[in-house]
Amino acid sequence: MKARAFSYVRPTSVGDALGAYAQADDASFIAGGQSLVPALVMRLQAPSLLVDISRIESMKGIALHDGWLRIGALTRHFETLTDPLIQKHAPLLSEAAPYVAHPAIRNKGTLGGSVALADPAAEFPAIMLALGAEMEIAGAAGSRRVAADDFFIDLYQTALEPGELLVALHVPVVKEGQRWAFDEFARRRGDYAVVGGGVIASFDGGKVGDVRIVFISVGSTPVRVKAAEQALIGNSLDIGAIQRAQQALETELDPPDDKDMTSTMRMHLARVLLGRLLERVRKSA
Amino acid sequence: MNDKMPITLTVNGEVVSQHVSPRDTLADFLRSALQLTGTHLGCEMGACGACLVLIEDRPIHACLMFAVQADGMVIETIEGLNDRGIIADLQEAFHQRNALQCGFCTPGMLVTAYHLVKTDQASSRELIRDGLSGNYCRCTGYEAIVDAIEKVASARKADAGRVASEEVGA
Repeated sequence: MKARAFSYVRPTSVGDALGAYAQADDASFIAGGQSLVPALVMRLQAPSLLVDISRIESMKGIALHDGWLRIGALTRHFETLTDPLIQKHAPLLSEAAPYVAHPAIRNKGTLGGSVALADPAAEFPAIMLALGAEMEIAGAAGSRRVAADDFFIDLYQTALEPGELLVALHVPVVKEGQRWAFDEFARRRGDYAVVGGGVIASFDGGKVGDVRIVFISVGSTPVRVKAAEQALIGNSLDIGAIQRAQQALETELDPPDDKDMTSTMRMHLARVLLGRLLERVRKSA
Repeated sequence: MNDKMPITLTVNGEVVSQHVSPRDTLADFLRSALQLTGTHLGCEMGACGACLVLIEDRPIHACLMFAVQADGMVIETIEGLNDRGIIADLQEAFHQRNALQCGFCTPGMLVTAYHLVKTDQASSRELIRDGLSGNYCRCTGYEAIVDAIEKVASARKADAGRVASEEVGA
């Protein structure tokens, strides 16, 4: 199928992009377009105006500042695999990147686009949640930062208001002694995960200090499992602690039945995955 | 809303200036306006890989962007890549190994295979399979395609000097 007719503008500044969006009744921003273009050609969406933000220089680039890595929203998926700053300071992001779609999609799709879309089966939104990232958002009233914990609200729904633009992602740089792991179950390589998850933990004298654990494809948003985190904090990462964290999932995850899988099966896979992730973190000491 | 917009881009080494409707995909533009019908349209949603072209040297789905977005970009289609030694070797290996049957997926397969071989990401069957994960073939079962790419990659690696001289001339 073909997209319905639309008008097109390609501003070169965030201000011009916000202005163009505001002047149309039903505009859409487009960056990499790897999710939006299929939605347009299948006519799931039919905006009257596309505001192409892909050439706004201030939304590109990766830079260190004050313990944070500012990753421009237009950073393409493949750059999360190849960029030396991301590899060094946000290794969990690099580790998850090969699981994102297929190589050609990674050549065009953008990190900001994936996070703003907030597909609960996508890797990057969950990684932002695991890392405790902050989203830099530009709007008519100026710029604001929203923590990942407050950003993902419901299915495809984020703290972004209509007409606002996610311009950069701020990720706390990995600290000495932190360990991490990402993995997922998918039917075929590059397919959306049926269950996926990530862990990042710090250790204090052999005991778990801070830890953040997230899951994908288990609900309407990427899900952080705080009860499982609490089961680990202050304890050695031994078999007993891992089992208690797995048990804690029962109280926090309630994946729906769907055409692919029953809720029971998905819960089982989440437990198995958490066990594997924590075992990898344990062994990476 | 249907107003056509001017674009100028480089396709297979030639500068092209045309007017396009914003809704025209790059794939439709290549096939209809430029008659470059080697870029195939299968799923038109970024799943099958038949429409892959090289944009700034990376394989990208021509069905997943609008022609108007390609303004100013450098694009190579399978027709343009045909001049390259790597493609000639791949075509020969695909033929020898029966790595195609109906041939619909082959242009996209060759674009991916070209990029894998050229960027040295074809050194193992696992890497090749990973690289091909976004290219569907409904005839061959992939085994012969992986064989063909592996053969070309290892042959060219064994004769790295030849690669260097050829790419300079490409």
